[in-house]
Amino acid sequence: MKNKILPFSVIIIFGIIFLIFYKGLEESKIYTPDVNTKKEIPAFNTKEFFSGENVKSSSIFELDKVYLLNIWSSWCVPCRQEHPLLMNLNLENKLNIIGMNYKDNLKNAENFLKELGNPYKEIFIDLDGTIAIEWGAYGVPESFLIYNNEIIKKYIGPLNQELLDEINLLIK
Amino acid sequence: MKFLKFFLIVMILFPISSVNAEENDKRNKITKNLRCLICQGQSVYDSDSEFANSLKIVVDKKLQEGLSEDQIYEYFKTKYGEWILYDPGLNKNTYILWLLPILIFLIGGAIIYKTFIVKK
Repeated sequence: MKNKILPFSVIIIFGIIFLIFYKGLEESKIYTPDVNTKKEIPAFNTKEFFSGENVKSSSIFELDKVYLLNIWSSWCVPCRQEHPLLMNLNLENKLNIIGMNYKDNLKNAENFLKELGNPYKEIFIDLDGTIAIEWGAYGVPESFLIYNNEIIKKYIGPLNQELLDEINLLIK
Repeated sequence: MKFLKFFLIVMILFPISSVNAEENDKRNKITKNLRCLICQGQSVYDSDSEFANSLKIVVDKKLQEGLSEDQIYEYFKTKYGEWILYDPGLNKNTYILWLLPILIFLIGGAIIYKTFIVKK
């Protein structure tokens, strides 16, 4: 009897280990961050894009208003793609679009806006990328839907019409 | 006189450089344990991506603010989740990872004990 327990338990243990690894094969190895968690927006101090004056996050984001924070840069190619969509979204006037200019040359950024238009109600600058880290961002472009100083949803990568429809549904 | 001057310069410079070196070591240790999330398979220390470079600046800032290593890990965990750490803590998602090697070790030990030592 004793002799039978040992091989039996070894088989069971290896079976369990095999199952764990087998299940692991099916799981995606590409990390997808959680985009739905409600988080408070971080507090930060920075400079306004056009005037260069100091601004506080509390003066940009007011309670009871819906904001879309868009991280953009003139050197970022996908930002060019999504820019016309942001222009359209601004015309609809349902939410306030705030821009965070990420690690950019200010002259290039100004030319970018002159060429493609300015959909942003306000723009602040993040010269070294540390404010983007405070927001939990990965890079450019990235957008955050904000209501009552809380991040409702985060969109990594360029926005498209489908995502804009989703945003419109969320803010209804 | 020259010797005195040299001595004074060394005295002034030495403690500063040793403090810097200590801080550098700490920063390297922390950034080696942080995963570069946009270049998977590389640590923040190894990567030269925009994301990793900004993260290094934030680690420097937090160290200057006087935060401890664990506090810095905690800060990044709240921003990006457990995945950003290469050395995850023991919790409900990682307990298999932590306990499986111990379990295998104990079972292996028991098998060896039974087959070789008890039989003798």
